[in-house]
Amino acid sequence: MTTKPHRLSKREEKARLKRDAGAYALLVPYALPFILFILMPVVMAMGLSFTYFDVINPPSFTGFLNYITLFTQDTVFLKNVLPNTFLYALVVGPGGYVLSFLIAWMLTQLPKGPRTVLALAVYTPSMLGSVFIGVVWRAIFSGDQRGIVNYLLMELGVIDQPLQFLLTPNHFMGIMILVSLWSAMGIGFLAMISGILNINQELYEAAYVDGMRNRFQEIIYITVPSMKPQMLFGAVMAIVNAFNMGWIGVTLSGANPTPEYSGQLITNHIDDFGFIRYEMGYAAALSVVLLMVVYLFNRLAHRFFGEREEVES
Amino acid sequence: MSKQLTKPKKAKKGGYQGSRINPTRFSLGQLKFYFILIPLAMFMIIPVVMIINRAFMPLGELFAFPPRVIVKNPTINNFRDLLSLSGSTGVPMSRYLLNSVVITLLTVLMNLVISVTGAYALSKKRFRGKEKLFAINQLALMFVPTAVAVPRYLVIMNSGMFNTFWAQIMPLLAMPVVLFLVKQFVDQIPDALIEAAVVDGANDLTIIRRIIIPLTRPALATAVVLTFQAVWGSVEASNNFITDDTLRTLAFYLNSISTNNAVAGAGMVAAASVILFLPNLIIFIVMQSQVMNTMSHSGIK
Repeated sequence: MTTKPHRLSKREEKARLKRDAGAYALLVPYALPFILFILMPVVMAMGLSFTYFDVINPPSFTGFLNYITLFTQDTVFLKNVLPNTFLYALVVGPGGYVLSFLIAWMLTQLPKGPRTVLALAVYTPSMLGSVFIGVVWRAIFSGDQRGIVNYLLMELGVIDQPLQFLLTPNHFMGIMILVSLWSAMGIGFLAMISGILNINQELYEAAYVDGMRNRFQEIIYITVPSMKPQMLFGAVMAIVNAFNMGWIGVTLSGANPTPEYSGQLITNHIDDFGFIRYEMGYAAALSVVLLMVVYLFNRLAHRFFGEREEVES
Repeated sequence: MSKQLTKPKKAKKGGYQGSRINPTRFSLGQLKFYFILIPLAMFMIIPVVMIINRAFMPLGELFAFPPRVIVKNPTINNFRDLLSLSGSTGVPMSRYLLNSVVITLLTVLMNLVISVTGAYALSKKRFRGKEKLFAINQLALMFVPTAVAVPRYLVIMNSGMFNTFWAQIMPLLAMPVVLFLVKQFVDQIPDALIEAAVVDGANDLTIIRRIIIPLTRPALATAVVLTFQAVWGSVEASNNFITDDTLRTLAFYLNSISTNNAVAGAGMVAAASVILFLPNLIIFIVMQSQVMNTMSHSGIK
């Protein structure tokens, strides 16, 4: 923005250096933890993914071996983790995103008082934290007849023996998705509420004059296009949330791996190799794959809602 | 994008059939939304109500059949048991609580300071590489901490932070989304205001203290809410970066009770969950309108 056509004199250069130094000094306190715990770990994961590393001995270079093993021999990864992760991420990410938009939209059709109360109820689960979520849903899906769901199903005569919801693979992924969606209405959801509220009312009026007929058209032609930036923010938050909730299966079942790997997500696989088997190189390769998947989802979100084509880098 | 913007508006008020966003009063048309939203809100909130009730249940009610959701004879015994309990290594509960309070306060405070100074620099200062640095932070919005648990562990090990308070503070300090939200707010402050302050001889720190902080209050309140939520309930650092029990946090301790004493401690576990959850709820309710204000500037272009 500030490119000057002529070459800078020594004095100008010096003044510029001083100006830059002042700005950098303000940035350093943020940049330091950012570099240490965000940038460096990502770079390290990339580097370590090409090595064998057990924490005790220095890493030894193995080329693409980890990736080759991952995509040809790791049957748990190929048969369980990969399909699980995609199913889970698609339902909780984009699915949770669409849900949070629809809920936000319905809320904005109500007056402020009831809207605030209902929005608070919907937002509350997202601030519960892993401990609370584990406790409450383990009680609800408890495997004996005192579990709420078992009790209700038995009362209704659907089943006559309590089901081990959290110990058998059949229902496990479904429960994980339910719990994750339940706690997915976070700040992305709040952003969408305020995005919809801030749309200029006259846009709707004008559109009806132009022949728009129903609320569905309203959402497609006015609401969503008018709040693209908030939609994008919400999308990024939804994607990050979906991949950050990886602990959910382990919390619900109380063990890593989850029952017969039925709820094993890529983040659990990373923990399994990194902190249980101490195969850090292999875990790093998994991390890189995960980061690439997250990046891919984000590119997609930017493609949909970005104002310009290239938004970053 | 929206051609409608340029159209001359000649809408007759009577003919307008559009939806009334943010209506001022109840109308019959809203009924269908209540029909969907009220059951939904119940579904969202019932598990929370359930745990709060369990926290006050005596043992008999906790294991009653049929299962009880609402407490009949409330007692505070669960909380009392919890407070008198001490960890496997004899560390008292109060120590974990103190650790959590110190770690949370320090993290929230430091996060505020570094986010405000960083946001001010990225928004109002002119320097080389500014756009690039902001783009990097935008990219980091999608950062997934759990993906790099292993390298983070190595950073902690090699920087001498292992088994210190810093291991529980530093990893949570830089929050790209907080920096982004605060910067969005600083962007709204007119440059002229800052130039005037410079003419009056104010340096950067004075400008931040006197102008930036007062004018970005909503974003800072949101920063507090988000950082608090991230730190207060976090168990990762205590799990992975700490082996000394006297340094671990309340969330870690309560989590370990909930996985180890699932049956005997059911009441205590519920009480523990409530203790962890209430501060989040209170802080959010107090700052709620500020958060919503911030969210209206949250768009990514």
